Order: sequence, then C-alpha cells, then structure tokens
Amino acid sequence: MLSIRNLHANVGDKEILKGIDLEVKAGQVHAVMGPNGSGKSTLAGVLAGRELFEVTAGEVLFEGKNLLEMKPEERARLGLFMAFQYPVEIPGVSNMYFLRAALNAIRKERGEEELDAVDFMQLVQEKTRVLEVGENLLSRPVNVGFSGGEKKRNEIFQMAVLEPRLAILDETDSGLDIDALKAVAAGVNAMRSPERAMVLVTHYQRLLNYIVPDFVHVMYDGRIIRSGGKELALELEETGYAGLEETVAAQ
Amino acid sequence: MIELKEELQSYASCFDRLQQRAGGPAWLRQLRVAAMARFTELGFPTRRQEEWKYTSVAPVAKGAFAFGDGLIQPPEGVDPLAGLDCHRLAFVNGRFRADLSSVLDGVEAGSLSAALNTGNELVENHLARYASYQNHPFVALNTALLEDGAAVRIPAGTILEKPLYLLWLSSGEQTMSHPRSLIVVGAGSQVSIIEAYAGFGEGVYFTNPVSEIVVGENSIVEYYKVQRERPGCYHVATIQSEQQRGSTLHSHSASFGAALVRNDINSVLDGEGAECVLDGLYTGGGAQHIDNHTTLDHAQPHCSTREYYHGILGGRASGVFSGRIIVRKDAQKTDAIQSNKNLLLSEEASINSKPQLEIYADDVRCTHGATVGQLDADALFYLRSRGIRAEEARNMLIAAFAGGVLDRIRMGALRERLEEMLRQDLQSLLPVQQAAGHASAARSRLHEVP
Ligand SMILES: Nc1ncnc2c1ncn2[C@@H]1O[C@H](COP(=O)(O)OP(=O)(O)O)[C@@H](O)[C@H]1O
Ligand SMILES: [Mg+2]
Repeated sequence: MLSIRNLHANVGDKEILKGIDLEVKAGQVHAVMGPNGSGKSTLAGVLAGRELFEVTAGEVLFEGKNLLEMKPEERARLGLFMAFQYPVEIPGVSNMYFLRAALNAIRKERGEEELDAVDFMQLVQEKTRVLEVGENLLSRPVNVGFSGGEKKRNEIFQMAVLEPRLAILDETDSGLDIDALKAVAAGVNAMRSPERAMVLVTHYQRLLNYIVPDFVHVMYDGRIIRSGGKELALELEETGYAGLEETVAAQ
Repeated sequence: MIELKEELQSYASCFDRLQQRAGGPAWLRQLRVAAMARFTELGFPTRRQEEWKYTSVAPVAKGAFAFGDGLIQPPEGVDPLAGLDCHRLAFVNGRFRADLSSVLDGVEAGSLSAALNTGNELVENHLARYASYQNHPFVALNTALLEDGAAVRIPAGTILEKPLYLLWLSSGEQTMSHPRSLIVVGAGSQVSIIEAYAGFGEGVYFTNPVSEIVVGENSIVEYYKVQRERPGCYHVATIQSEQQRGSTLHSHSASFGAALVRNDINSVLDGEGAECVLDGLYTGGGAQHIDNHTTLDHAQPHCSTREYYHGILGGRASGVFSGRIIVRKDAQKTDAIQSNKNLLLSEEASINSKPQLEIYADDVRCTHGATVGQLDADALFYLRSRGIRAEEARNMLIAAFAGGVLDRIRMGALRERLEEMLRQDLQSLLPVQQAAGHASAARSRLHEVP
C-alpha cells in the first residue's frame, strides 16, 4: 500500500530525513517511535504533502502511484489521512461544515453520491457514539477553544468519518489522560481492517498497550535505525532512547 | 464672479441648468446656492489634505460628468437584492421611480422632490442639517445639485415589520448622480433600512450619495448600506446620523463594487445612553481602491460604540481605514471599542489603517486595534489534507474572515445575499495558484496613536 524508498527531506537548508525506507501493507499497523526531533513529524508531514518540507531524494508509492507528485487534497482523496500532532484551529469554519465538505470531496473521488445534510448528520451521530465526541464540539469552529484531548479526539473522529485506507497518526496519544487514551484507542481499533493500514507515530510506548502494532520502527536522527515486532516497543520502554546513540555509532 | 478652476466648470453649468429647470421652495434654492459656493471654494480634495492623503479623486475631478437620465428603463436582474421581502423605493440616476417601487402601507416614504414641492415641514426642518456641506466637498456638490431623492419619516412608536429598501441605480457614460436620503425615525420606533447602490450598462458613472439619518429617542434602527456598483465606476458617499437619547443604531456597510470607493460614515451620539454599532466589510481586487472614513462623535455621557471593520483585498487593490472617535468633554462613561482587521490575498494589495482617538473626557474606556494578515498557511494545509481543494479551502477561510462581520447581521435574508456576493467576487480577488499558502510579504502600514 505504502512504499517509501530512500526518502530524504529538508527544511530550508537543513536535512531532516536522511534516507527512510518503509513498507506498509494493507491490514498492517506500524508504530514509528523515536526521541523528540528525530524527524517523525517531518516524515508524516512529507507523506501528507506539507509544502514546508522539500523532498531532495527518494520516492514514495501509495497504492502504486507516485505520492510525492500529488497535492495534499489529491492524497486525501486517494485515501491518505494524517492525524495532526498539533491540530490547527480555524475560527469561523464550523467543524460540521468542514467535515461534510471533506467527506463529499472524497466520496466524489470514489464515485459515490455526495451526502446531504440529513444523511451526513446520521453518519456523524453513529461515529460520535463510538468516540464519545461531545455533540457540542461539532457545531463549534474547527478546533477553536478545544482542549488538547478534544482536539485529538476530533482528529480520530474525522478519521472515522473519512474512512481512509492509510491513516498516519502523529502523536495522537500525547497529552491524553487515561480515559481519553482508551477512547481514542477504541476508535482506532474499531477501524482496523484487512483493507486498511495504519502508521502510529509515538514517543511513548503507552499507546501500544491499547493498540497493538504488527511492526515497530525506531527513528533516530532522520533514519530508521531498528525495526522489529511489538516486543521492540517494550524493550525501548526499558532502555529508553538514551542507548540509541551507541546503537547508531556501532552501525 | 471668481474665476473657476477648469475642473469645476462643468459642475457650474450643471448647477446653472438645474437652478433654471428645477423648482422647489426658496430656502432650497438658497441652500443650493450656498452649497455650490462652498463647493467652488473647496474644489475637489487633493492628497495634500489629511483626510484624503491616501485617496486620489483625480479620476472624478478630471471627468466631465453630466446628469444621468432618470427615465431610462433598467433591464431585468439589476437589483442586487431582488426578491427580498421589503418595502421598496427605486431610483434611477438619482430620480425616484414610482413605476419601479412597491406600494407602501402606512409608511411615509417617497420622493424627496415631491416632499420638497409640497412644502413638507419635515424636509425643511431636517434636510442638510446633519451632513455639513461646509467641510466636505462631495457633500457640498451633492447639496448644490440636490433635486430628488428619498424622504422617509417613521412616526413615533412605529414598528416596521418589513425592511424599507432604497435601491439606487446608476447608468450612462460619464454620467453622475447625487442620491440624497433623508430618514427621520421618531421616538420609540423600530425599523430596518437598506440602501443599495448598483448600476447597469457599460458606461463609467459617478455616484455621490448623501444620507442623513435621525435616530429618535429610544428608537432602534438597523441600517444597511450595500455598495455593488458596476466595475470601473466611482462611488463617493457620506452617511451622517444623529442619535438621540437612548437610541440604538446598527449601521452595516458592505462594499463590493466600483473602482474607487470612498465612504464617510459618521454618527453623532447626541443623547445620553445612545448606542451605535458600526460594522463594515470591504472587498477589493484588481486595481480597486476602497477608503472607509468613520467618525463616532461621543457628545453625551454613557454612550457606547462598537466598531468592527473587516477588509479583504487581493490583486493590486488598496484600502484605507480611518476610524475617528471623538469623546467630548462632557461625555463621561463613554465606552468605545474599535477594531479593523484586514486580510491581504496578494503581495500587491495594501491597506492603510489608522485609528484617531480624540478624548477630552477623563472617565472613559476606549480601545482600538488593527491587524493585517494573510491567509493562515497552516489552516489551508489542514483543510487540504482532508481532501478539500486549495481553492475551496481558501474560499472557506475568506468566508470565515468575512463572517466576523457578516454573522453580526441580524437580517438573515440579507446576510445570505451578501455572502453570495462575496462568493461571486472571490474569483476576482486573486489568481488561484497563489492560494497554495505562500506567505506573502504584503505591504502594510499600521498607524499607532502616539
Ligand atoms: N517548521 C520547521 N522549521 C524548522 N525546523 C523544523 C521545522 N519542523 C521540524 N523542524 C526540525 O526538524 C527536526 C525534526 O523535527 P520533527 O519532525 O518535528 O521531529 P519529531 O516529530 O520526531 O519530534 C527537528 O530538528 C526540528 O527542529
Ligand atoms: Mg513530532
């Protein structure tokens, strides 16, 4: 589904991603872990199409297509979704209006009928029940005045409505209390399916107690320096990221 | 007689012809003479004058405009607010047109010319008493060439269910009109009044409206101005209101059309406890120039004003906002808030924003703020990352910005029309490629009060 080969990316003159290789197949859940500043969000941003990041080498195929040539909205329409580490507040644009516009754009791409307001509300009500998203959040402007936890739930709620094929969740767990974390994890787990893949970007192992990944990758200084099964996350939890420098030096 | 500057010559002959042709009571004829004399003294303003520093009226001064024909038949579809449930008075090139107006039940609103010729006391007592022709050349010109317009009297204690809508249409090549409204609202009344300016045909015309509004004791007036002139035309307007004790005026101005726009929107709060809300939305693309000068004159204690002006400028458009707040010596407990926000959609667009606070009382609260910004690149990316096209994302953010003002309009049907006008104009505000989120180093100057 997603195939990243030798990906290099810069911010300005500074190289952040220094050669990333990653294969994600349908049905798989991958965790990308690593210390702050290792380039996890940059990777997520490059995949979503953020213009700030300049790709200097490598290629990314998504469903066999050259992802890097596409505009962000084209990627989303093909089924890519990124939950933002820091969701953006958009005053004056209502959550519902925005999400319906997004869903209909994606449905159109898939050759499905656009949803009218009534059908859309019905869909939304189904999804809010699972995720415990307060209905009052829906009528408010996108993320404006939301608490940190509400913003993260809103990201997962959007994912649930848009039903992407590949979801990249960038630190959706950080800043969540245990109840919110469980709700978010339940929402994500409910979406696991053989057709869908997920990449969980996280700093902590905690989330992986609730969403068990098939593969774990460790990122350090713009590279993936180790890959393994779910037990790698537990190992990291014990040793911490401190030992990574030696690992890198040894390589 | 003093020698006239060449650019005033054509106005002088228009004036002479008008005085010969038009009748009217003696006081009116004298008023015209006095206003023409003042206009001749003042001449058209130049950028050397502080109030006109950022706005050149050279295209108006250099043009030789003649009176437009008030009898021509406008084509279908020129009314920007067609279908609105309202009492409608229509005017063509400044002339009242009964044939285009709807019958009013128990509303005293009609032709100013008719009111003048029947010796209506209201008109004699109020006309030209508020919008001073002494200091403003365009008010002087309007007054000198005053012939017809709208006379509206809302008797005390009237609650008007439907809005009263004055539609001012202009048309013709190198023609001018000087729409004049006199609106007197009696004590304890409640009314909504809309004045819309639009045009038809391909010619370049010049519209120079003056509206005088008396907001009686304890009355509530919602006043909307919609400027949707033809592209390339000139619109220079003054709205002067006078608020009596305990009155509330919500004044909204939405400016979309024309090449050169100047609005002087002033309210004198001349009775204790009066409230004024001054909202404005201005948009411009291409080479449009839009200048809003507002003055809120707190003449009495315990008055409050809220002013929110939002501008959206793209292309090479330039904007001016000058917000003057005067707090007179006796106007203790004045509470005034002013805000001017601008969204620049291109590198060539510019805005001059300048608050002017003149405070002579000591126990007052006055705050003001001005901002200039571009579309939020992070917000654009967020919307696009969910599948929304760049252009649609941009339009959503622009509409949201405009919503800061438009959402405050209580008349839902009108609000929807204005939102639609904004949507229609969005295409012309900037080339779509620029929406992709390149932060632009827009020129802007923000003047802070010392
Ligand atoms: N907008 C930006 N401008 C400049 N540097 C950036 C920007 N975003 C990220 N970086 C830099 O890129 C590196 C990786 O950051 P990031 O991808 O956010 O790491 P992580 O998500 O793993 O914490 C850091 O050194 C950070 O300073
Ligand atoms: Mg990060």
